[in-house]
Amino acid sequence: MRSFIPAYEMQTPQSLTAALDILSGEPGVWRPFAGGTDLMVLLEAGKLAHRRYLNIWNLAELRGIESASRHISLGALTTYTDVRRNATLQREFPLLCRAAAETGGVATQNRGTLGGNIANASPAADTPPALLVYDAELEMLSSRGSRRIPYHGFHIGYKKMDVRPDEIVGRIFLPRGRTGWKSYYRKVGTRRAQAISKVCFAGAVHFDGATVNDVRIAVGSVAPTVVRASQTETLLRGKPLDPTTIAAARDTFAKEIAPIDDIRSTAHYRKVVALNLLEEFLTTTGA
Amino acid sequence: MRHPIIGESVPRKEGLAKVTGKAIYTDDVTFPDMLYGATVRSQIARGKIRAIHFDPAMPWDEFVVVTAKDIPGKNCITLLEDDQPCLAADIVNHPEEPIVLLAHKDKYLVEEARRSVRIEIDPLPAIFTMEDSLASKEVIWRTNNIFKSLSVDKGDVDAAWATADKIIEGEYETGAQEQLYIEPQGMIATANPNDGVTVWGSLQCPYYIHKALSALLGLPADKIRVVQLETGGGFGGKEEYPSMIAAHASLLAWKSGKPVKIVYDRAEDMAATTKRHPSRTRHRTAVTRDGKLLAMDIDFTLDGGAYLTLSPVVLSRGTIHAAGPYNCPNVRIRSRVAATNAPPHGAFRGFGAPQSVFALERQLDQVAKAVGLTPDEFRRRNFIRKGQTLAVGQIVHEEIDMSELLERALKLSDYNAKRERFARENPGRSVKRGIGFASFLHGAGFTGSGEEYLASIADVEATPEGRVRVYAASTEMGQGTNTIFSQIAADALGLDYADIEVMQPDTAQVPNSGPTVASRTCMIVGKLVETAAIGIKQSLQQHKFLQEGYDRQAFVAACRRYHDEVGPLRATSRYSPPPNIHWDEHLYRGDAYGAYGWAVYVAEVSVDTATYETRVEDFVAVQEVGRVINPVLAAGQVEGGVAQGIGFALYEKVVWQEGRMINNQMTNYIMPTSMDLPPIRVYFEELPYARGPAGAKGIGELPLDGTAPAIINAIENATGICIRRIPMTPEDLMAALEATREKAIA
Amino acid sequence: MPDAPLPDAKSPAAKSPAASGKISIHCRVNGRDETLCDYPMARLLDTLREKLRLTGIKEGCGEGECGACSVELNGKLVNSCLIPIAQVEGAEIRTIEGVATQGQLNAVQQAFISYGGAQCGICTPGMVLAAVNLLEQNNHPTETEIRAALAGNLCRCTGYMKIFEAILRACDRTEVHS
Repeated sequence: MRSFIPAYEMQTPQSLTAALDILSGEPGVWRPFAGGTDLMVLLEAGKLAHRRYLNIWNLAELRGIESASRHISLGALTTYTDVRRNATLQREFPLLCRAAAETGGVATQNRGTLGGNIANASPAADTPPALLVYDAELEMLSSRGSRRIPYHGFHIGYKKMDVRPDEIVGRIFLPRGRTGWKSYYRKVGTRRAQAISKVCFAGAVHFDGATVNDVRIAVGSVAPTVVRASQTETLLRGKPLDPTTIAAARDTFAKEIAPIDDIRSTAHYRKVVALNLLEEFLTTTGA
Repeated sequence: MRHPIIGESVPRKEGLAKVTGKAIYTDDVTFPDMLYGATVRSQIARGKIRAIHFDPAMPWDEFVVVTAKDIPGKNCITLLEDDQPCLAADIVNHPEEPIVLLAHKDKYLVEEARRSVRIEIDPLPAIFTMEDSLASKEVIWRTNNIFKSLSVDKGDVDAAWATADKIIEGEYETGAQEQLYIEPQGMIATANPNDGVTVWGSLQCPYYIHKALSALLGLPADKIRVVQLETGGGFGGKEEYPSMIAAHASLLAWKSGKPVKIVYDRAEDMAATTKRHPSRTRHRTAVTRDGKLLAMDIDFTLDGGAYLTLSPVVLSRGTIHAAGPYNCPNVRIRSRVAATNAPPHGAFRGFGAPQSVFALERQLDQVAKAVGLTPDEFRRRNFIRKGQTLAVGQIVHEEIDMSELLERALKLSDYNAKRERFARENPGRSVKRGIGFASFLHGAGFTGSGEEYLASIADVEATPEGRVRVYAASTEMGQGTNTIFSQIAADALGLDYADIEVMQPDTAQVPNSGPTVASRTCMIVGKLVETAAIGIKQSLQQHKFLQEGYDRQAFVAACRRYHDEVGPLRATSRYSPPPNIHWDEHLYRGDAYGAYGWAVYVAEVSVDTATYETRVEDFVAVQEVGRVINPVLAAGQVEGGVAQGIGFALYEKVVWQEGRMINNQMTNYIMPTSMDLPPIRVYFEELPYARGPAGAKGIGELPLDGTAPAIINAIENATGICIRRIPMTPEDLMAALEATREKAIA
Repeated sequence: MPDAPLPDAKSPAAKSPAASGKISIHCRVNGRDETLCDYPMARLLDTLREKLRLTGIKEGCGEGECGACSVELNGKLVNSCLIPIAQVEGAEIRTIEGVATQGQLNAVQQAFISYGGAQCGICTPGMVLAAVNLLEQNNHPTETEIRAALAGNLCRCTGYMKIFEAILRACDRTEVHS
């Protein structure tokens, strides 16, 4: 334990309103703390610079998975375990369940939350690619009210987000209604479980015969933020799935990602594998 | 007639405590008034200490502060030599080298204080590779950076080249590997001028620590006491390093008069403690056109890190194992271990042999290919047999039939059918399958006259109530010491397993039966336990207190009688070397080990060419290890060893930056999880060894020798790619595949 | 060795770094009501080990990777090294010490003893708890399901084989304590 624990504070607001009041009363002074699976690791390593935390773990308003006709909404404190166990999500948003199943082990899944995964903004996070593929929207809450924004564009740069100092992620909305789409998720990590991803690929595609009608592609760990490969999507729309298209898609995709060398892997490996996963996505769904 | 329990999987002696959470490990223990210790370390690889600054914001008057000047005896951790300081005084020679010790009763504050000491060090040029060390780019240790070198000669290698039909060369490398016991290292020390020093901790070798503390503190033997607590894994990582922590805790306890506990967190443990020696081996092999070995020329180098520690012995084992279980008339081995400015490398299960055996088993698959033989046919034509000599000149006296072992392993793994099927199915598939094997041996016990030098002693005692106690310095760390000693003593005396108690390794109460290393605990110390137990029986019989065919009740009565009429009942057994074992330390020839374990391991892999990930799909481990005392424990040793070998081959890469391990977290140093490992299928053959207890030999390290080469051989079978270096990550495989493609195009 | 100005005189600037106060947390641990008094962001691992002397919970890595610190929090398996005690107010906690009931070993514990599931024992408390937690939700898991459930509990000694076997055998016993 490399932090001086007595110097850290945590307070527990008794309601969401109280929590939001604290955030707006002293913006930036208190930071939200959910499951702690990222923040506590930093604390242990002596790398948690901020000292004052707002315990939001018990706020019921931030929990729960609700079905409405047009969307499913998930509270920011929905854990990976909650995601995995939800029958509607398994049926209609399987990539999110796959992502949740590949995050850490059972103990991490019981404490890690979607809101935390989004707000921690690691480019290697496992759920953001799935959320992007599903055109997720976020509801940002503050004592001033709420605003709803597309998740696409939420991450502006490395650990920079469209979030104001008095806001927290409240709910995540997943639009329903896609039928006939095929989906693909693959995380390549250092081992089969308990691994930070080297490349994390989510894709969904709708075919009209042999032609790509619509497609979504998102990938993690290959840029400072999670990447929605819009240009590759544009290239693919309306095209037949043949070797020429796949080669062109690979070329475009290569330009949309910017992987780096780090302690776990290399830029070259990430690029080669990301392109291979794109191809595997297209060929396995197109078959 | 009592049913013998040797050969039975009786449950682990301390199993109940372990499954209920009641077993007591070092960090579970507290003393009244105890202080927590922390170590301030060098941040750079080599330099002169210029100044030490203590941040005035800390309440230093509350702290115990120790530097080299506080050491009462010799500032060293004495082992084979005295070159390693306990605390750096003027010069540092590796990152993480300890310089200042602190203690305080508040464990958070002592950590804050550790961060508040700044050490100014003027850098000196440092050496980070074996090549630079051998070239003496900078002399960082004595005169030429060489801790030790060895030569082995059999026959006339140079003459053999001329007659060879084919000569094959190859170079192979292995990286460092972290032992990664799940319990980090720790020690607690108490000290006062009257009683001396007592340390309790996580350790493998209580008498190594005893000796080291004696020199450090300038205290006589009876003023030092070392007690082993339940130890959460060791694998060699707790062979020598605990002496360093014991020294540190003792110094703080000595200065403060209070108990001091030092427990490392994972990051400190990984960065500062020992690892497996990295290696580089060059092979040059001469064969006839029908695949008979004519000559092997082997050049073997180890990276020892900054101080000598155990490197000469690691080199010794690696050297002796370098030519494997083969009959080769001419062998030359030249080996050395060189200094670099990294924390000293040390013992890790296998101890030099995994390194040299990796190279050999990879090389022989290349040689087989070069003469157009399958890997197994090549081995069959060259396996050593009884009456033939190993590279160091040892005549094989065991009835071992390696071809039969190979046959069994190939059959159990369905090797031939799979090889044929994979060859047929792989083209056109993105996931390629392959199967490969390694054949190898591992000597049990200390090399040569090492056991004679250790002169191990074990005692067995019987109380007036007929309870039997085993006194030995061998430590339990999961491998089953307590259990097998109990089985051995119980059978020797015709008693129940529950009647035997294995005493806690505490230098105040157990004799020195030597370190818990070198696969010697069962074979060497177990034999001493057996002999001492028989000694108890003989004492009772000599006094006619016990008749033939006695039962347990009679034994108990006899013990009572003995105590009443004669005195305490205790038998001591001292190691005596087998009469026909001769080892020449100067020529490095002769009988290197009393007995060997022999094995063939087969690995089946799948390689995903989209992601370059390799998965071990199935693993068969066949070995001959003498009598198996406890099948479940023995299989557990092999399974765990294979798992570590899989890590060595595919996952466990240490990332170095200027002599420091920078991936020193479990997030970034990757060991296999339950999702990563294949079924590991273990089979034993038993050729009883006359000098082992009930015929047993050693087993603990054997699995580390053959696992990695079997896997890499399988990868070559799957992909055609010749990998010469481990660990082989997906990035490495990708680079090798791309290089091959480029060469093909060029 | 340079002369280090060993700080035996108390410097006027010296004081312990600013500390927040400790808090009192009420929860149930192994069926007993407990009051935990510690710093708000003290790790549950440390508070349980030090204040309640529940030393069966182990620290293997301090980063939520090894699972040696596993406890059950409101019925869910968690890594106690990653939980600040401020978050366990009103919680129901079970540790390894709460697995055997009234001196009766759980079937998993018995199987670990019988089938070699424990070697050095340091991962065992967390591993047993993870297995017990699994069996409470799925009383006849396949080996694949066991592997997935235990992926967050690292064992360096066994290669996991006998852990899987012990759990499979424990399922053959009909009684699993909940």
